Amino acid sequence: MDTVNKIRTSELQLAQKQTYDWVGKGFHLLFLCSAMVGVVSVATIGGFLFYEGLPAFQEAGVSELILGSEWLPPALFGIFPMIVASLISTAGAVIIGVPVAILTAIFLAELAPKWLADIVRPAVELLAGIPSVVYGFFGLVIIVPAIETLFNIPAGNTILAGIIVLAIMILPTVITISETSLRALPSVYKEGALALGASHIYSIFKVLVPAARSGILTGVALGVARAIGETMAIIMVMGNAPAMPGSILEPARTLTANIAMEMSYATGIHASALYSTGIVLLVFIVLLNTTLLYVNRKRSC
Amino acid sequence: MNKLEVSNLNLFYGETHALRDISLEIPARQVTALIGPSGCGKSTLLRTLNRMNDLISGVKISGDVTFEGENIYSDVDVKQLRMRVGMVFQKPNPFPMSIYENVAFGLKAQGIKNKKHLDSVVEESLRGAALWDEVKERLDTPAFGLSGGQQQRLCIARAIAMQPEVILMDEPTSALDPIATHKIEELMDELRKKFTIVIVTHSMNQAKRISDKTAFFWMGELVEYGETSQVFNQPKDKRTQGYVSGEFG
Repeated sequence: MDTVNKIRTSELQLAQKQTYDWVGKGFHLLFLCSAMVGVVSVATIGGFLFYEGLPAFQEAGVSELILGSEWLPPALFGIFPMIVASLISTAGAVIIGVPVAILTAIFLAELAPKWLADIVRPAVELLAGIPSVVYGFFGLVIIVPAIETLFNIPAGNTILAGIIVLAIMILPTVITISETSLRALPSVYKEGALALGASHIYSIFKVLVPAARSGILTGVALGVARAIGETMAIIMVMGNAPAMPGSILEPARTLTANIAMEMSYATGIHASALYSTGIVLLVFIVLLNTTLLYVNRKRSC
Repeated sequence: MNKLEVSNLNLFYGETHALRDISLEIPARQVTALIGPSGCGKSTLLRTLNRMNDLISGVKISGDVTFEGENIYSDVDVKQLRMRVGMVFQKPNPFPMSIYENVAFGLKAQGIKNKKHLDSVVEESLRGAALWDEVKERLDTPAFGLSGGQQQRLCIARAIAMQPEVILMDEPTSALDPIATHKIEELMDELRKKFTIVIVTHSMNQAKRISDKTAFFWMGELVEYGETSQVFNQPKDKRTQGYVSGEFG
């Protein structure tokens, strides 16, 4: 009988305690609300873009808009040249920037003496903080004239200039995330490889980099997103002609540049066509991210 | 015949005097156990034998370590040394690759590409580590799919694939359950026929079961070194007696 009473009393205490758990509930709600801010934002942006951009798709037709090569608002709304320009400038930036970034990350995490790492790392972090309009200046003053002299062309405002500026802009993102993931590896990987008589360099490329692969790919994904979304620096160095570029030594206009340059004066169906440019941009970013995530998940063991 | 000889070895981590004037001789094809409380220097000594302490900055070493009569800190290339003196770590540390690639790793690092040769070494090493029958059907699957005990035997296979003369083991069973530990101990009984084994262990029972010689360390000093039966049954030093009888430590 005594035991039964004890249990009852403790049940009662438990019940009382539960009613006092408003702090826990409150925090739960706070966390939930915080998490919702991001989701709601994405949904709003996506919904808004589609709402504003659909008229242009209806008016010009999906294939006319995406595959058309003439941009002459308010008559023709072909953004295919801009899709090409965005993809080529991003791909070029990745091809140049990612290897440089990964080698830098390896250098910082594994090879650099401390004093040198203490110079390189703050420099890289500073690079991340430079506003993109300043990158545009840099491109305009250094890279554009260099391309004019090097290739002997009248105007250096070309896709190549955009590629180089973007390659530099994605460096800090890829470097920082790759270095962090290399440093986060347990020391037993490196010790295990060295203990088998492998050289340091062999251990880095065969054990450490594959082990940090998922972090490095995350860095690359963020770099790609930064490159394809970059606007200001690109407008300043790429020439912005809305025609289909014949080579990377010709000017071109990216999707982002198209929106930024014409939004201030566009009205009606022209404005709607700019929103639909935004839809295409969003779709590309989602596709790229899901592809990289998929590759990341599939190959990790 | 002594495989390794340590004489008047002193080691400092910065200002900390971690090993004090250590001298000992490790005989070939026997199991030598290094025991003592945490922080006594036994793991540090083990890691001087394949120069793993080189990785830590601020380590200063004086005295001699010779391997087959050659000074490992001056006469031998460190990569060559580590091929001849293999190591198995406390926590199983397979690389993030397949079982096959793990075992072949050391040879591939030396530029050996001959598939037939690699195949035969992988099989031989996995047999040598008593793992072949458990994994022969899934050599291409990730090593992380194995159990902890299997992973540790894989690490032993990886070490013996290099055909080392010495295998250093740093508490190789401390992360394993008793059954996996028993398997590793059985395996060590096989390995002692071909290899010289130096093992650091926290378990005095393990030292008693598997070792021929035992060295007891205390605060960076080598207190007592002798035949395992002597160290456990008739210790000469009071500190050894206290430790092996379980009074402290």
